[in-house]
Amino acid sequence: MAAFIQLFVSGLATGAIYALVAVGFMLLWQTSQTINFAQGEFVMIPAFFVLWAIKILGVGFWPAVGIAVVASLLILGLLFKRAIVDPMLRHGVLPLVISTIALSIFLKEAVKDFYSSQAQPFQAMIPSEDINVFGAVISSQSIFILLIASGAVFGLNKLLNGTRLGRAMQATAQNPSVARILGIPVERMIMYTFLINALLVALASLMISPIYLAKFTNGDTLGLAAFIAAIVGGFNQVRGAIVGGLILGVIENMAAAYISAQYRGAIPLILLIAVILWRPQGLMGRAEERTV
Amino acid sequence: MMDFLTSRAFKGTVFVLLVAGLIILPFFLRPFGLLLVAMWMVHAVAALGLNLTLGYAGQISMAQGAFVGIGAYCTGLMTLAGVPYPVAFLCSGALCFAIGWILGYPALRVQHHYLAFVTLAFSTLVFLVMRNEEWLTNGIYGLTDIPRPILFGWNTGKAKDFYFFTLLMTSILAFCVWWIIRSPWGRAFVALRENPVRALSLGVDTRRYTLMAFAMGSSIGGFAGALYAPLVQFFEPNSFSLTLSLKLLLMVIVGGAGTFFGPFIGAATEVLLPEWLRIAQGYYLIIYAMLVMVLMMFCPTGIIGLGERLISHLRQKKISSERSAQAQVMGTDKPGQKEGAGQ
Repeated sequence: MAAFIQLFVSGLATGAIYALVAVGFMLLWQTSQTINFAQGEFVMIPAFFVLWAIKILGVGFWPAVGIAVVASLLILGLLFKRAIVDPMLRHGVLPLVISTIALSIFLKEAVKDFYSSQAQPFQAMIPSEDINVFGAVISSQSIFILLIASGAVFGLNKLLNGTRLGRAMQATAQNPSVARILGIPVERMIMYTFLINALLVALASLMISPIYLAKFTNGDTLGLAAFIAAIVGGFNQVRGAIVGGLILGVIENMAAAYISAQYRGAIPLILLIAVILWRPQGLMGRAEERTV
Repeated sequence: MMDFLTSRAFKGTVFVLLVAGLIILPFFLRPFGLLLVAMWMVHAVAALGLNLTLGYAGQISMAQGAFVGIGAYCTGLMTLAGVPYPVAFLCSGALCFAIGWILGYPALRVQHHYLAFVTLAFSTLVFLVMRNEEWLTNGIYGLTDIPRPILFGWNTGKAKDFYFFTLLMTSILAFCVWWIIRSPWGRAFVALRENPVRALSLGVDTRRYTLMAFAMGSSIGGFAGALYAPLVQFFEPNSFSLTLSLKLLLMVIVGGAGTFFGPFIGAATEVLLPEWLRIAQGYYLIIYAMLVMVLMMFCPTGIIGLGERLISHLRQKKISSERSAQAQVMGTDKPGQKEGAGQ
């Protein structure tokens, strides 16, 4: 039982990070039909912003974190939208997919060639301690991740549902033309979702890098996890992506422990195929009308 | 001149010159160069298959690399067990045809990004099976010493002989694809891509053709794998990870999806160009990724599309300059006729 609780909590913590990445991924899809195949690399990069800032500017850890967050907002939010997504939108979905695949190659290679191909140790935001709960040993990291992730999700939820700005963003996602008629600055709303995504991936990066170490290939598994979480939960609901992420994290951990360590990566994929075939709108989502 | 550049005679000439060049090439290249060009042809075949599924039938697939892997393992295991190569070759294609047909079923239910993710998941699953099922695939150690075939007394063991064998098989497969594209099958695929509802209302069995598009594209990927196995003689699961599928997808789009020669050009940018641009060394992939992004921005129809646009631009220029010359001779200038007439 103790082992089960341990697995469950650490699974939830990983799942919470997946959920943050999946929420960002889904926001981009909703507002601008961007399937961001570089989302995993977006999570890998901010950790290297921190390392770069420490190495080159010689600042401490916390100022470096600040620099990394600002750099993420500028590069992964603003620049990504202006330089890559905007010129591609009129070409349709597939060229943009290809473009983000190329971007993921670019980011990976850039880190490999200009920083290091080795895994880099990364400082955790709080000291690591083991907490004893009913005989189960739980890392303080897990608790911290869960707290931060729930805080982020709660804040995002408040923003989307509780403020005028959030309502305007939702309207933009649901029907851009009508939103424009109602006087909502659609372009600016789309830009906000890109900035929110940049913030979410930066947060995820800061939390996951101490666990996995910062490495240029980290994005491969993280990106895949974000897709799966978004689809399993439901592509058109924020709470869907959260549930999807948590389910995924827990299932992955349980599968590794109780079914097969070699096939731990396979269980989420089978779940994904099953969900797409039998419930394409996702576990939490509402059915999307097919165009034609 | 400009008309000639798009005429069928021109395309034919380019094709003949290309094949002739590939035939005399081995007499100038070292074995490594031969391996590289043969590698290009194998990748081009795999991309041709994907182009059938994606470019012509419009069904996005991120699993072509997995089919190359299945084909390679099938041929490798069978020839290592002593089965004659032609049998193994055909089995690879047939196996991939069957699996591709099954993979086509999700495409009947979901489209676009969902289909991309189903095929992506399939690709990763195949990789996991290759890596973990050691009793069958020898796990991470891969297959070694795969024999090259002896056909009708022709031993293809040497680099040059195997090069010619690859060239021969590539030509045959490329001809088959060309024939499929021009047959009623190919027309049905295009109809499926352009407007599935209208295709259905015109009596095209969209269900069957969707499955067929997947199965055919996959089986050509399997044939590419069957050529790959004896070419490299050693491979392991990492050769067929998701990266290969994504690379093949890039090849098709960069070359020009839905065009016959697109995959050949796309494969050249991935396989041949990095070797010729040795100066760029490790930075090749960065430069390549940037070029792909720029290409997609300005010309999503790929390099072929870029070429076509250039030709039509030049032609337009020529026509308008001829017009103005004509107008000067005649001494009249009819503004209404200037644009869009001579198309």
